[in-house]
Amino acid sequence: MHIEIINGHIIDPKNNIDQAGSVYISEGKIVGLMQAPAGFMADKSINAQGHIVCPGFIDLSTRVREPGQSHKATMRSETQAAASAGYTSLCIPPDTNPVIDSPAVVELIEDKAEKCAYPQIYPIAALTQKLAGKDLSSMHALKQAGCIAVSHAHEAIQDLLVLRRAMEYAATHDLLLIYCPQESALSNHGCAHEGAIASQYGLPAVPVAAETIALMQCIELIEQTSCRVHFSGLSCARSVDLINKAKTSGLPVTADVAMHQLHLADDDMQPYDSHFHVMPPLRSEKDRKGLLAGIQKGIIDCISSDHQPHDIDAKLGAFPETEPGISSLETVLPLMLRLVESKTFSLTQGIAKLCSEPAQILGINTGHLTIGCAADICIFDPNKSWEINQETWRSLGKNTPFWGESMQGKVTHTLQLGKLIYSDNS
Amino acid sequence: MTIEHLEIPVLFTKLETSLVELIAQRKMTDPIIIGIHTGGVWVAKKIHEHLKIKEPLALLDISFYRDDFSQIGMHPKVKKSELPFTLEGRDIILIDDVFYTGRTIRAALNEIFDYGRPNQVILAVLIERDGRQIPIRPDCVGTSISLAAGHRIKLTGPEPLGTVIELIK
Amino acid sequence: MIAIENLQLNAHGKLRHFLSIEGLHKDLLTEILDTAESFADVSEKNIKKFPLLRGKTIVNLFFENSTRTRATFELAATRLSADVLSMNIATSATSKGESLLDTIRNMEAMQVDMFVVRHSLSGAAHFIAQHTAPHINVINAGDGQHEHPTQAMLDMFTIRRVKKQFTGLRVAIVGDILHSRVARSQILALRLLGAEEVRVIAPKTLLPTHVEDLGVSVYYDMNAGLKNVDVVIMLRLQKERMNSALLPSESEYFRCYGLSEQKLKIANKEAIVMHPGPINRGVEIESSVADGPQSVILQQVSNGIAIRMAVLSMTMNGNRGTE
Repeated sequence: MHIEIINGHIIDPKNNIDQAGSVYISEGKIVGLMQAPAGFMADKSINAQGHIVCPGFIDLSTRVREPGQSHKATMRSETQAAASAGYTSLCIPPDTNPVIDSPAVVELIEDKAEKCAYPQIYPIAALTQKLAGKDLSSMHALKQAGCIAVSHAHEAIQDLLVLRRAMEYAATHDLLLIYCPQESALSNHGCAHEGAIASQYGLPAVPVAAETIALMQCIELIEQTSCRVHFSGLSCARSVDLINKAKTSGLPVTADVAMHQLHLADDDMQPYDSHFHVMPPLRSEKDRKGLLAGIQKGIIDCISSDHQPHDIDAKLGAFPETEPGISSLETVLPLMLRLVESKTFSLTQGIAKLCSEPAQILGINTGHLTIGCAADICIFDPNKSWEINQETWRSLGKNTPFWGESMQGKVTHTLQLGKLIYSDNS
Repeated sequence: MTIEHLEIPVLFTKLETSLVELIAQRKMTDPIIIGIHTGGVWVAKKIHEHLKIKEPLALLDISFYRDDFSQIGMHPKVKKSELPFTLEGRDIILIDDVFYTGRTIRAALNEIFDYGRPNQVILAVLIERDGRQIPIRPDCVGTSISLAAGHRIKLTGPEPLGTVIELIK
Repeated sequence: MIAIENLQLNAHGKLRHFLSIEGLHKDLLTEILDTAESFADVSEKNIKKFPLLRGKTIVNLFFENSTRTRATFELAATRLSADVLSMNIATSATSKGESLLDTIRNMEAMQVDMFVVRHSLSGAAHFIAQHTAPHINVINAGDGQHEHPTQAMLDMFTIRRVKKQFTGLRVAIVGDILHSRVARSQILALRLLGAEEVRVIAPKTLLPTHVEDLGVSVYYDMNAGLKNVDVVIMLRLQKERMNSALLPSESEYFRCYGLSEQKLKIANKEAIVMHPGPINRGVEIESSVADGPQSVILQQVSNGIAIRMAVLSMTMNGNRGTE
């Protein structure tokens, strides 16, 4: 299949491309940029007039809810949502049911991915068996089976000795640890940021220290264990400072932040609206600004979706008893464009945070438009206005605080390994 | 005297004469005068004074006994009812300014009976007007009038007492 | 999502649900106090009833145990001639049981008119008010650590009856502010009604973060905090607090934060002593103070019925204006 994408504006941060041009694809790979290779005859032509053509997005944390929680969402529905949102690679955290702690589960996931015609799903292995925080998982076997990294999802590891040994073992097999810092005792079953808003609404609260202390514990173990660590699930300005210090002292540390943490703070919460219930919680405006600064300065390397679709019942109840998480894949692009609009970063930098940076962290050869490499491409219209509603939303999880809001920026085509996996038929 | 210009002293004279007669006829002993807020209290005060009633004047606010609570809801300013602890076996003279549908008196009777079982109750009103909706009628009146459709008559006061006819909104 | 004030009031600005002091304004609070005045002398009547809510069914939905609050709501409802149904719904953290929404729907199917809700989670009453059928009114009898508005109103009623007005008044609230929904409601009500100063007196472990944002002055030292105070509100200390590393012991608590006769002397001579109950004698308050001439604790209890009668009758017809 020969595909040409013409008249678009190409932005490829890795190769420093930011100009009008065309892309030529053949047998799943990019065979020409700006100029068609000799004798190229397109079977399909995509007119990207007025649109941006960039590498497909890569997410470090997408919960497709399968295996085990298909009442919330399915791999099919969420990969379709991902495709419509410009994503060509997804990482699945290990807190599925069963947990990704055996090669059999990895195979199961890969089977399902194949059936959904969405390759490039990367399972993340559990650091400990059953994510119980006690026994190491068979990280080598899991890596062989196809896991791209290890993590402990949102479960805090209580026993620091276990954490140290797990990090050493992961390092042994050259596995990246994706770590969400959260100290369990200090978190004390909280559901909101410990601040004026939580005090006002009487919500059990999580202090900033619960994140920063866990972060420091892990950072201190990095040098000891030589483990590469990518920090995820950050919510406060202080964490940005700590990561900066770690990077400056030469430690192998990277970090991402969930898109919603860059846009929402605790005072944006509608009282008791469970759509704003996330973990880590939305913190103060000061923290949000700190995270933005972290992104601008490159201390935080990239942005993830932290996609967590939920069934309706999960969000129906008194705030503290609802399940945290936002269904977020489809708002990543328009929210990224809002940050470009507010001059947090340029369009090129914004796109980099979604493709070249995550690819680099994961060590996968995608997230760029290079001749000879896989054609993972996203084409979007930065000016298209649309409203989030039943018609436009593809994820089975409708749990987003942006429901009903007007968004600007929409994907028109997504190609994965040269195959068109989404098109808006316009 | 026309409807537009009722002479208050004339009304009181007629009412009191009628009342004195009925009190004797019914052989009422140590009667208690109960005035219904707000206009009925003004009238009751004067009657209490003119007739030299010994028992202290009692006041009734019927807001909590109105039958239109589900349509209108809580009245913002409820005045206090001031009644003796019990009305068991007592003779009562219930007084209001204007008698119209009869619902106010029904509510007042309900409230009075919550304070005990009176021996008898007679009703005296300064002005009776047409439009009764409940089978209750005053025993003594100052005057009986008919009003044009859509109008009502109100007692103004407390000093001096007067009447005003207005359109019902 | 509806803002709290829009949820509680109908289009005419009248009370439709009573969920929190937050979102209400001074005039409405005053109206509640005035309405309660009218009900306050009901116990002096021969027959202690008004027919206002006859034919209406009020359900006390208590997801958290309470004998006292439930009893006063039951009494308030019966004195208004309503039919009352009290449900004690046990919730355990581990068992899933019936969801909150299902419980409400089942009750609605029995044609009820009003829910009085007490729940261990903040925002529960708010959630119920949002999801219940439009003709049903919701009263918050305490939600988690958020608010207990009827308790605050009966406290305001008690203060107003004794002190006549709120201007110039200095009020100190002493004890476990962190876990107290009563304290939150009291602070909001006192500020709205125009109290001169509201103080919170507690150890740091028992104060919420950013408590100053609620508009209070903070004191760790009770001796300093009680100077010039006109009203002393003592909060109940739950025994569990000693087991959660919040306090060392009851005796240390009493020494620092208990109200003894001696400490009471620091406050103004005419100061009144209040307590939402039930009292832990010898822990928050000395018996002689609780039973002493400055204590209005028992008045609080009887005022509780009048206030609840006021709130029940004011909200019962608050649905008009929403159609």
